[in-house]
Amino acid sequence: MASTTAKLPVWADVVLLPLINVALAFLVSGLLIAALGQDPFEATWILVRGAFGYEESLGYTFYYTTNFIFTGLAVAVAFHAMLFNIGGEGQAYIGGLGVGLACLALDQSLPFILLLPICIVGAALFGAAWAFIPAYLQAKRGSHIVITTIMFNFIAASVMVYLLANVLIKPGQMSPESREFASNAWLPFMHEALAWFGIEVARSPLNLSLVWALICCVGVWALIWHTRWGYEIRSVGSNVDAAVYAGIAPARIIIIAMCLSGGLAGFVGINEIIGVQHRLLLDFSAGYGFTGIAVSLMGRNHPVGIVLASLLFGALYQGGAELSFENPAFTPDLVVVIQGLVVLFSGALSYMLRPTLERLFQRFAAPALVEA
Amino acid sequence: MAEYYLLAVLTLDATIRVSTPLILAALAGLVVERSGVIDIGLEGKMLAAAFAAAAAASLTGSVWLGLLAGVVVSVLLALLHGFACITHRGNQIVSGVAINIVVAGLTVLLGISWFERGGQTPPLPNSARFNAITFPGAEAVAEVPILGALYAELVSGHNILVYLAFLAVPAVWWLVYRTRFGLRLRATGENPAAVDTAGISVVRMRYLALVLCGILCGIAGSYLSTGHGAGFLRDMTAGKGFIALAAMIFGKWRPVPVLFACLLFGFLDAVAIRLQGVEVPLLGEVPVQFVQALPYILTVVVLAGFIGQAIAPRASGLPYVKEH
Amino acid sequence: MAASGAPAIVLRGINKHFGPVHANREVSLTVPAGTIHGIVGENGAGKSTLMSILYGFYQADSGEIEVAGEARRIASPEDAIKAGIGMVHQHFMLVDVFTVLENILLGAEGGPLLAGGLAAARAEVERLERDYGLEVDPDAVVGELPVGLRQRVELLKALYRGAGILILDEPTGVLTPQEADRLFEILRSMRERGVTIILITHKLREIMAITDNVSVMRAGEIVAERATAETTREELAELMVGRPVLLRVEKTAARPAEVVLQARDLTVIDDKGVVRVDHVDFTLRAGEIVGIAGVSGNGQSELLEALSGIRPLDGGELVVHGTTITPERPRDAHHMRALNLAHVPEDRQRMGLVPAFQAWESAILGYQDDPQYTGPVFLKIGAIVGDTTAKMARFDVRPAEPLLGSANFSGGNQQKLVLAREIERQPEILLVGQPTRGVDIGAIEFIHRRLIEMRDGCCGVLLVSVELDEILSLSDRILVMFEGRIVGEVPGAEADARTIGLMMANAMPDEATVAADG
Repeated sequence: MASTTAKLPVWADVVLLPLINVALAFLVSGLLIAALGQDPFEATWILVRGAFGYEESLGYTFYYTTNFIFTGLAVAVAFHAMLFNIGGEGQAYIGGLGVGLACLALDQSLPFILLLPICIVGAALFGAAWAFIPAYLQAKRGSHIVITTIMFNFIAASVMVYLLANVLIKPGQMSPESREFASNAWLPFMHEALAWFGIEVARSPLNLSLVWALICCVGVWALIWHTRWGYEIRSVGSNVDAAVYAGIAPARIIIIAMCLSGGLAGFVGINEIIGVQHRLLLDFSAGYGFTGIAVSLMGRNHPVGIVLASLLFGALYQGGAELSFENPAFTPDLVVVIQGLVVLFSGALSYMLRPTLERLFQRFAAPALVEA
Repeated sequence: MAEYYLLAVLTLDATIRVSTPLILAALAGLVVERSGVIDIGLEGKMLAAAFAAAAAASLTGSVWLGLLAGVVVSVLLALLHGFACITHRGNQIVSGVAINIVVAGLTVLLGISWFERGGQTPPLPNSARFNAITFPGAEAVAEVPILGALYAELVSGHNILVYLAFLAVPAVWWLVYRTRFGLRLRATGENPAAVDTAGISVVRMRYLALVLCGILCGIAGSYLSTGHGAGFLRDMTAGKGFIALAAMIFGKWRPVPVLFACLLFGFLDAVAIRLQGVEVPLLGEVPVQFVQALPYILTVVVLAGFIGQAIAPRASGLPYVKEH
Repeated sequence: MAASGAPAIVLRGINKHFGPVHANREVSLTVPAGTIHGIVGENGAGKSTLMSILYGFYQADSGEIEVAGEARRIASPEDAIKAGIGMVHQHFMLVDVFTVLENILLGAEGGPLLAGGLAAARAEVERLERDYGLEVDPDAVVGELPVGLRQRVELLKALYRGAGILILDEPTGVLTPQEADRLFEILRSMRERGVTIILITHKLREIMAITDNVSVMRAGEIVAERATAETTREELAELMVGRPVLLRVEKTAARPAEVVLQARDLTVIDDKGVVRVDHVDFTLRAGEIVGIAGVSGNGQSELLEALSGIRPLDGGELVVHGTTITPERPRDAHHMRALNLAHVPEDRQRMGLVPAFQAWESAILGYQDDPQYTGPVFLKIGAIVGDTTAKMARFDVRPAEPLLGSANFSGGNQQKLVLAREIERQPEILLVGQPTRGVDIGAIEFIHRRLIEMRDGCCGVLLVSVELDEILSLSDRILVMFEGRIVGEVPGAEADARTIGLMMANAMPDEATVAADG
């Protein structure tokens, strides 16, 4: 790392290279669209218009963004401790269960203002609990956390199907869903909240979870770079031996980082369960956990980058839906492909262009660098 | 009693069919992890191969060309994985995740664009599928008690890829433990620096392992769409790549135990469907979801070291960098 | 195998850069066939780089290589092996889960199937073992062998490939003196059979003991060539460092006060079950420097880690300021710091700092929860950066940039940063491991002076170093460690290199056999 950062200016490393990688992902996506016999520029235009063109679409874009912020932050926090949490999917799912159980138990007896904090705590606790077991096994028994979190995604899916089909299902109903919560459990939609202030916007699933997501961003930023716990997490992540030397117990940090990560992923349940669906159902976490990996990679594990990357993916989801509506050749699967390409270029191939870039900088900016 | 016996035989028969892709994919994972490369993209490679095989078989009418297409696509994806994490030292997990996501979207996107059937390929006629091979005398002995059913249902009556999968187990075992390639492969996964100083290219060994992995995953995927099924359905691997990964760990990276892990997981899958709503003596009604989750739970238990320690090849997951 | 008369190896004008570092500069070297040729130099002098080029691990930027009179292009270890060159690396290149025979066979299997090769190799290996006295069980699993035997496997590997030229990189660093002597006997018997040997080391004793000729490297260049018989240790030492060796640091007599640290029966067992520290007793008083001498790998590192709380005790007890630490009542590094104990670790890159951190972050490593640096929630970043800037000024850390990445400082400046962090808190106990490893000469003097100042300020300093000169010039008392035990104690004023060297090497000849860990 030392010699490479010395060769490239920081801005090129932190901003330029990631941008080029994302651009490459989109370039390949464009070529793919062309190969399908469609016009990539037209597709891009429809996509952008579909994501940002009118109030309702903007609401949808921000609604998706909210989920990606949660799962992106989750991946990032774990990553600062050098842990690869690909269990965001399962943690989000179980986090939603926590929210749902809280609502089903208490929505008849508690007012919204008391129920909301319970829901938030429920989401965090359940998500954290689902991350705790793989974390504990990694910390104490050395079980590879990537594999255990994958396994826990599948186990979560089975648990949810069982609970919804057999336990929580609304009696006398075929589809595996719980009853609808009483309205005092509903998190206000953004259009409702803005209406209190006399601002009229179009209806959309966007709700106050976005505010919570942004609060979480600030929280994660402060935690990682401005507190002793963040310092300890980063120490363990970048040099375990030095951490032990500093009197930090890596096992403890692994568990803490993973539980934080799981808790953040669990907040998807806030957005989905009390924000939009108002009942517990299957597959509400669909893919958000995995997209969190792309978001975190693209955002360089930093909250600012994560917000921007989430916005990009939110726009892709919403714009992609619009695109498939206008042109049936583009199913929402196009967005999945683009997402995969972003993970490929921003993640797996992130070092590919670095030597080229270094050579370019050496040729054109070498004198300035030597001075510095 | 005879009915129960037949039910048991049919369950085992289903076990073999369900296990076949698991065995091939788990062996693929074994070979590549033995070289020190983690591949969580088994799922993606299988899915891509399933699509390519069904598409090619449907367009050409030849199942063998379908198999070839499946294998080629899977090998190309394996090489992409190698390009990212061997040549450019990218993160192996991230690369695997990327391949899985790209394939999940791309198969459907191409399927819709080419066949206009909502992401499916056209149903394959029997002439463009791998059909069951009936062994000599299978029909004649089918009525013989006990052994007849065993021979007719279990041993005979599978397509050629099933037999190939079972033959692949001793073949991989032999390759890994009895050949020069295998010695070098195992050394690469344990201590790549030792391999490098012995004058062997670590990069070449890892790419070779990936090609082998691609071939096995390609066969596994082709089996799903042209042997087990009759055409491609969206997301038709449905997590089988991850079950195979689990089986590979459960079998502790050794071919024969991996075979039994695959059979166990396949059996759980076959039995889960049959258990739905059935009262099991002593246990009562077993939730089918529990049986489905059992492979994952068992793998976590093994990883936790509660059933012997599962020790991965030491260098797995690490890009090889010469130190100064 | 060499053409008669032609030198085994000729290197001409070898140059190699790593980024801005000129690791080898116009190096030319001739090694006559059938001789043992030593290459000495300090850490970082470019010895290993040169040999890695000869073995095809790196490519030289320019220069020529001739093997046995023939110009060769060596682009990979494969080419080197073909040219008859074998290499035993400092860190063994063995596959732990393989048997000895499988390790030897790797890369020289003799065919696509193993069965034939294994049988042929077994016979050949048994012959080599007899001829060279390299006994080792061919079916033993390498991971279960002691280091001395692992090294034999490496030698067998090279001989099995028919290497006529053998490079050994710091072969005795991990060996006990007995094992080292045994190795030298083997090397001599190889020379008798016509094998050419290149020995890289920084230990002059070995050069004098076994080589025919010696080349001295300094800062990437060969600065001198001598026939071993015509030179002395003193001359070589001077050539290595480029100036007369500074033998004594100026200091007054120590005035030891009360005991600050006492170890009784201290025992440490490592992950593999090997006893690393074996019932050690000693005391450290305020106002003295106690040096621990020993060949590296004799338990000094583990002792240091146990004293600082990084490694748990497996037996005995440690008393620090009236606090007793036992295996049942362990204390981690954090607790030990609370007892006013500071620790400059042996390997600063691995432990002393976090390369990915900025300097100010590395400058509070271990003290991150000190109220001076952190409030109830937030780190006091402004205060830490200010504090680091001040420390950098006082310890002459260059560049004095607290926001620069820790990895971007040179070794000496990193060490000064670590030292500043540990010393400036006025600890009562200071544990120091290899304080000047990889540090340039100017910084060495600075660091030594600081350690003496600490002593004079009534701190108890425990110094671990593999540089005997450093131990001799700084210590008020010297403890000698051998195979995990303290085998001797000498007052600093009376110590001389010869006596200490003898104790380090061969204190108890009868018992000092290799403890097999199988």
